[in-house]
Amino acid sequence: MDEGDHAVLEAWRERIGAARRGGSSLRLRGAGTKDFYGEELNGDILHLGSWRGIIDYEPSELVISARCGTPLSEVEAALAAHEQFLAFEPPAFGGDPTLGGIIAAGLSGPRRMFAGAARDFVLGARLLTAQGDLLRFGGAVMKNVAGFDVSRLLCGSLGILGILTEVSLKVLPRPRLEETRRLELSAGQAVTAFNRWQGLPLPLSGAAWWQGTAWVRLSGATAAVRAARAQIGGDAVPPLDAERFWSALRHYQLPPHAAASVWRVSLPQAAPRIDVPAEPLIDWGGALRWYANVPPEIDMRERARAVQGTALHWRGAPPGKRFPPLPAAIASLHRRLKERFDPAGVFNRGRLIAGV
Amino acid sequence: MEAPELPDIVGALRAVLPAECVLERAEERRPYECDGLTAFRSVPAVVVLPRTEDEVRRTLLTCHRLKVPLVARGSGTGLSGGATPHPAGVLLSCARMSRVLEVDPINRIARVEPGVPNLKISEAAAPHQLYYAPDPSSQVACSIGGNVAENSGGVHCLKYGLTVHNVLGVRGYTVAGERIELGGQAPDSAGLDLLALTIGSEGLLLIVTEVLVRLIPRPPCAQLVMASFADVQSAGSAVAAIIAAGTIPAALEMMDRKATAAVEPFVHAGYDLQAAAILLVESDGTPEEVREQVQEIERVLRAAGATALRVSESEAERLRLWSGRKNAFPAAGRLSPDYYCMDGTIPRKHVGHVLEAIERMEREYGLRCMNVFHAGDGNLHPVILFDANEPGSWERADRFGAEILELCVQLGGTITGEHGVGLEKLNSMCVQFSPAERAAFFAVKEAFDPDGLLNPGKLIPTLARCAEYGRMHVHGGAMPHPDLPRF
Repeated sequence: MDEGDHAVLEAWRERIGAARRGGSSLRLRGAGTKDFYGEELNGDILHLGSWRGIIDYEPSELVISARCGTPLSEVEAALAAHEQFLAFEPPAFGGDPTLGGIIAAGLSGPRRMFAGAARDFVLGARLLTAQGDLLRFGGAVMKNVAGFDVSRLLCGSLGILGILTEVSLKVLPRPRLEETRRLELSAGQAVTAFNRWQGLPLPLSGAAWWQGTAWVRLSGATAAVRAARAQIGGDAVPPLDAERFWSALRHYQLPPHAAASVWRVSLPQAAPRIDVPAEPLIDWGGALRWYANVPPEIDMRERARAVQGTALHWRGAPPGKRFPPLPAAIASLHRRLKERFDPAGVFNRGRLIAGV
Repeated sequence: MEAPELPDIVGALRAVLPAECVLERAEERRPYECDGLTAFRSVPAVVVLPRTEDEVRRTLLTCHRLKVPLVARGSGTGLSGGATPHPAGVLLSCARMSRVLEVDPINRIARVEPGVPNLKISEAAAPHQLYYAPDPSSQVACSIGGNVAENSGGVHCLKYGLTVHNVLGVRGYTVAGERIELGGQAPDSAGLDLLALTIGSEGLLLIVTEVLVRLIPRPPCAQLVMASFADVQSAGSAVAAIIAAGTIPAALEMMDRKATAAVEPFVHAGYDLQAAAILLVESDGTPEEVREQVQEIERVLRAAGATALRVSESEAERLRLWSGRKNAFPAAGRLSPDYYCMDGTIPRKHVGHVLEAIERMEREYGLRCMNVFHAGDGNLHPVILFDANEPGSWERADRFGAEILELCVQLGGTITGEHGVGLEKLNSMCVQFSPAERAAFFAVKEAFDPDGLLNPGKLIPTLARCAEYGRMHVHGGAMPHPDLPRF
C-alpha cells in the first residue's frame, strides 16, 4: 500500500469512528448495481469503488486477489486473457458491479449447481471492522483450515459485519468446448430430465427452462461434450443465441426478472411444480424458479415451504419483507454476531435483517 | 492425567439419559483419552454415547445448566487433538448415531447421522452409481460428523472440493440446547452463511446431529499417470504447467525420493526409485474424457522434463500406484522410531523452493524429512523422522517443524491445510493471525457459546497461550488405528 492507499483507509476509519460516536449508520456502496437489494437502506453512503485494482493474479495458482472496488469487467478481462473465468458467474444487472459488492451479495449464476456458488470460490478476505482494524481471514491457497471460516461467512453478509476491502477467489480454466442444446418440453418434463441427466456423468453447466423450451449447456473436454450430445438430444443452439440466453439468465435480464412483483423460489432440484397459477422461469436444473406477478393473496412462502423450499420476494416486496424470516434461534445468532462485530450498528444497518 | 471426580455431572446426566449411554468407570473412559494425536491425553470426567438427537439435547442442557465443558468426538481419527477430552468435562461420542437416514437418488442427496463413517455414505449411494466425493485417506473409519468439524479434504478435493463444498446442510444444537437447521436442499438460505462457518469450526460452535450431503455421479473411468523427475524443482514446475494448461486433474500428488524409498519395500507399488520426485496425476470421467485428458497430461509432463512416464493400464495397477501414496505414513513409522508430520499449505509456485528449503533444514537440524504432498492444492505433508530416545532429538524435530510452518506463512500460505488446529497448532495460530484477528475468532465463539463450554481451549489461542508450547509427537509410530491409510 502506498501513501494514497493509507489515506483512503484513514478516511474510512474516520467515517466509521464518526458514525460510531454519533450513533449513525453507513451504507456501503460499490457500483450501486444492487441498490434495490436488501431489506432496509440506512445511513450515509460510503463509496468503496475507488479502492480498486487486482493485487495478485497468477493463472497457474488459479487464484485472483483484488480490492473490493475492482469492477467485474476488469476481473473478467484479466482472467479471459489467460483462458480462465469466475465459474460462479455473478450477475451484473446490466451494470458493472464491484467485486466487493458481488461477494457481499453472494449471488450466483446458472452454473451454481454444476460448478458451485460464490461462497464456494471464496478463499480469503480482508475486513475493515467497526473498531478500525484491518483483518485478514483465509488466504490465497486452496486448502486452509486455520481458524473459523470467516471469509465465507462474509460472502452474502450484505456488508453488515464490516467493509470487505479485498477478496481472494478461486478461478477455473475456461472449458475447452461449450455448446447448448434446446428441447421443447413442459416445465415438469424439463425438471425430470434435468435431474435424470445430473445423476449421470455428463458435463452439464446449465439447465434452464422458459416458455416451453429447455436449455441445456454442456461444457468441458471436447470428447465429453460430443459424447453428451446424443444423451441430451434436442437441437444445437447457434453459439450467439446460446450466449444471449445464458447471459440474460445470468444477469437477471429476462422478462420475469423485471416484473413489478417477482418471487425467487429456491427448492430441492427435483421438487414438483408448486401450486401457483403461473409458469415459472426455471434455472439451476430445477432448484431456482422465478414467478412473476403472482396474485398477492397467494402465500408464496407457505407454498415454497410445502416442498422444502424457500421464497424470497425479489421485487415488489413490502418494506422489510423481502427475505424469508429466520427461525428464532438463528435470528438470535445473527444479532449476537452483529453485536460482537459491529456493536454500534455502523455497517449497513437493517440491510440483511430489518433492525439488525 | 486422571480426571477429578465430578459426581454432580454424572448424576445429572444419569437423571436424564438411559443408563447405557453414560460411561463413568475409569476403564470405560480411558479409551477416549486421545484422538489420532496421541501426544495429548486426558481422561474425560464422563463419556456420553447418545443414540438420538433428544439425548444429545439433554446432554447439552445438562452441561449448560451445570457449566460443564463438553467435547464432541466422531471416530477419533483426527490428527490435531480436536477431540482431546477435557479432564473435568463430558466427552460426547457420536459413535452410536451411525445410521444412513435417507438416500434420495433423484435429488442426489443423502441424510446421515454424524457417526456414519465417510465411506459408508458412498457405499449406501453405490447402487445408484452415485457417491460422496470428499475422501480423506482415513475414510473407512473417520465419521462425517468429524469431517464437518474439520472441513476434511482428501486426495480428490482438487477437482471435487472439500467438505464445505459437498455438505448441503446440517442440523444440530447450540450449547443451550436450541435446535438449529442450517442450509438444506434448497440452495438459497436466508441470512448469514452459518453453514459455512460451522464447517471446520472444530466442535466449538454447535453439536451436529444430522448431515445432508450432496451425491455426485461416479465417474465410470479413471487412469493414473506416474511421472518421474530428476529434481524437485522441475517436478514443482510440472505441477504449475498442468494447471496452466487448463487441466484440473482429479488428483495431483507428489512424493520425493525419500518418501518413495520408504514405501516401496513395504507396498511394492512400482515407484521409480531413481527419480528425485514422482508425480501421481489422476484423470477421471467418461472414457472419452479420460483418454483426451491423459494425452494432454502426458504431453505437458514430457514438455516439463519428465524423465519417465507410466500410465495405469488396469484398475489393479491404478490402485497399486495409489497404495504407496496412501501408506506413506505407516511406512514412516516403520523407518524411524518417531515421526512428526506437518500440514502446511503454500501457493503452488513455491513447491520447489520449499522442498529445497526443507533439504537445507535437514542438514541444519541433523534429521531426515520425507515429503508427500497434495501438490495440486499446495498442501504439504513433510514428515520429520527422529528418535525421541536420543537426547535433544524431539526438540530439534519440533523446531524444524515450526520453521517449515513459518516458511508456509511467509510465502502466503497457511499452517494447516486439512488437519485442523485443535490443540496441536495453537502456537502456530499466533504466527498466522494478529491479536485483533484472534479476537474476531473469539467474537464468533462468544456469539454461539458465551460460556465457552464447547471444546474449550481448542482452535483459538489466548494471548497467554501464545507463549506456551506443544506439538504433535508420534512415539514409536504408535498412532491409534495404525492400520489405517493416512493423509
